[in-house]
Amino acid sequence: MAGNAGTHRKEPTLDVLIAGAGYVGLAAAVSMKQARPNLAIAVVDAAPEGVWQRDTRASAIAAAACRMLGRLGCWDEILPQAQPITDMIVTDSRTADPVRPVYLTFDGEVAPGEPFAHMVANKVLNGALRRRAGELGIDIIEGVAVSSFEAGVAGIAIHLADGTSLGARLLVAADGVNSRLRDMAGIKTVKWEYGQSGIVCTIAHERPHNGRAEEHFLPAGPFAILPLTGNRSSIVWTERTADAERLVASDELVFESELEQRFGLKLGELRVEGKPRAWPLGLTLARAFVAPRFALAGDAAHGIHPIAGQGLNLGFKDSAALAETIVEADRLGQDIGALDVLQRYERWRRFDTVQMGVTTDVLNRLFSNDFGPLRAARDIGLGLVDRMPRMKSFFIRQASGLTGDTPRLLRGESI
Amino acid sequence: MPEARRSTIDAGEVERFSALAAEWWNPNGKFRPLHKFNPVRLAYIRDQVAARFGRDAHAAKPFEGLRILDIGCGGGLLCEPMSRLGAEVVGADASETNIEVAKLHAAEAGVTVDYRATTAEALAEAGEKFDVVLNMEVVEHVADIDLFIAKCSEMVKPDGIMFVATINRTLKALGLAIVGAEYLLRWLPRGTHQYGKLVRPEELEGSLGKAGMRIINRTGVVYSPLADRWQKSKDMDVNYMVLTEHAPTN
Repeated sequence: MAGNAGTHRKEPTLDVLIAGAGYVGLAAAVSMKQARPNLAIAVVDAAPEGVWQRDTRASAIAAAACRMLGRLGCWDEILPQAQPITDMIVTDSRTADPVRPVYLTFDGEVAPGEPFAHMVANKVLNGALRRRAGELGIDIIEGVAVSSFEAGVAGIAIHLADGTSLGARLLVAADGVNSRLRDMAGIKTVKWEYGQSGIVCTIAHERPHNGRAEEHFLPAGPFAILPLTGNRSSIVWTERTADAERLVASDELVFESELEQRFGLKLGELRVEGKPRAWPLGLTLARAFVAPRFALAGDAAHGIHPIAGQGLNLGFKDSAALAETIVEADRLGQDIGALDVLQRYERWRRFDTVQMGVTTDVLNRLFSNDFGPLRAARDIGLGLVDRMPRMKSFFIRQASGLTGDTPRLLRGESI
Repeated sequence: MPEARRSTIDAGEVERFSALAAEWWNPNGKFRPLHKFNPVRLAYIRDQVAARFGRDAHAAKPFEGLRILDIGCGGGLLCEPMSRLGAEVVGADASETNIEVAKLHAAEAGVTVDYRATTAEALAEAGEKFDVVLNMEVVEHVADIDLFIAKCSEMVKPDGIMFVATINRTLKALGLAIVGAEYLLRWLPRGTHQYGKLVRPEELEGSLGKAGMRIINRTGVVYSPLADRWQKSKDMDVNYMVLTEHAPTN
């Protein structure tokens, strides 16, 4: 839609500008463009060109997100490089316990032949989404930050750090947990700091993992082993922040021996690939998800504790719900950046997000300690869940992302 | 402030209209109920029009080539979406103020609508014809329903359709639409609706019949407080919408 006739506007006019070329921003862009090719959509990212290819982390992609990636025409490209998680065990123990009693085991399928999650390297996921964005004609502007924006009656003017300006009907901020755009929009956050950090690294081991994921509730916090392709696994290891920083800064040998104590020797010799990194953990919730002509998505709206591995899946849910809301509004001829349209998205996502944030917070507080009676209580709880097939399938469905008021894309349907 | 071809209006007036336009288009303001109500009626119109004229409801501009009249258009809450869907839209309202407000907003939004401060009678006299006539939330405010419906029907092309949406005259409507919406929830200004002027479906059908129109589809619309949205329903006790066409003459 052209801007005002007879005014001084000359900047290019878009329908949607998305700030942040991570998986949330790209998935939102692809979802909208695929359903509404008439929408002019661009993505802008402050990171220099090619930086995404140096991300060595991997993410657990739940079944619902796989279905969505299938719908978006990305999954076939990702699948050969994805490691299915075919079963999962959960234990509760002290680091030095020689044998960790297994309280919970899952056969990891939501439907026959459909694992509840896959492990995928971030750069593979990002690469597939970028290729699809390119195919659909979505411009990705890299190495340029958004420096300011003003929402008006009919559009939002966005000024970029390189001096150019853009006009759009809607600006989406998918620029991560420390979202600068969120601050610029004046949206406040609620924050809990855990004093914990998550150490993330990739390891190679001698023997195959057979697609098994493990989560050990150690006194300092959860220690997760997630299978990658080949004889490799991704480790997400929670420690008190000071300990975590000391560990990642320590000598390779010290780090590997600390890791071995927790990982055990069941898969043979371990070797750390690349440099381990520590990320401070906290729960950050934006007080509002939308403002006039402005919407938050992904970690910019909610950074949660990684205990349940739900960060990416909540992010995909945002992308899918936002795209569905915008596409439906556009199909009704509504102004896609109008506040009443955006409030539908906010209403849809807020409840789910707060619920997930609180659940993971409670889980973390419950499990990250070594208090005897509490240990006994949670072990009985885990043991009971293990004996109740319906409870287990509830947890599997939670973990797969197939619960709640699920957006169509996450059910594997088109918008 | 845009100054698109409005030489006959002085700046003070434009400012006043601009404030009113902001009010009309504020989804959390005085017209919040209309904004909330908009998606369900837009979807009904889009789907019925697409079915009638053989259009793909999900196309970028499914209404391309169709001429639509929105009678009693207010600030243009229906006209702008109709225009974005590709229709050639005439928005008519008896209130000069509403028309100025609507014009101003359309200019700002870059949407083309032919707004006119006029009445159904005047448009009909002038021989205007439309593929689709939208008669939404108006009949409960007019002085002579028979005349109003007759004039609107005259403007429907032979294969065209007319939508009518209004509020039923039942105790439930009195409780929900007047006591509830105007007095308790303050969704609407008090006095927006008078019980005696609400219209029962059979009365509407009577007026339509006299004008040579027949109802081909009808639906109730109810508010779901949990989801905070309006949806279609079989329950026509309060809000309802009907789709009409010219009855065949034997």
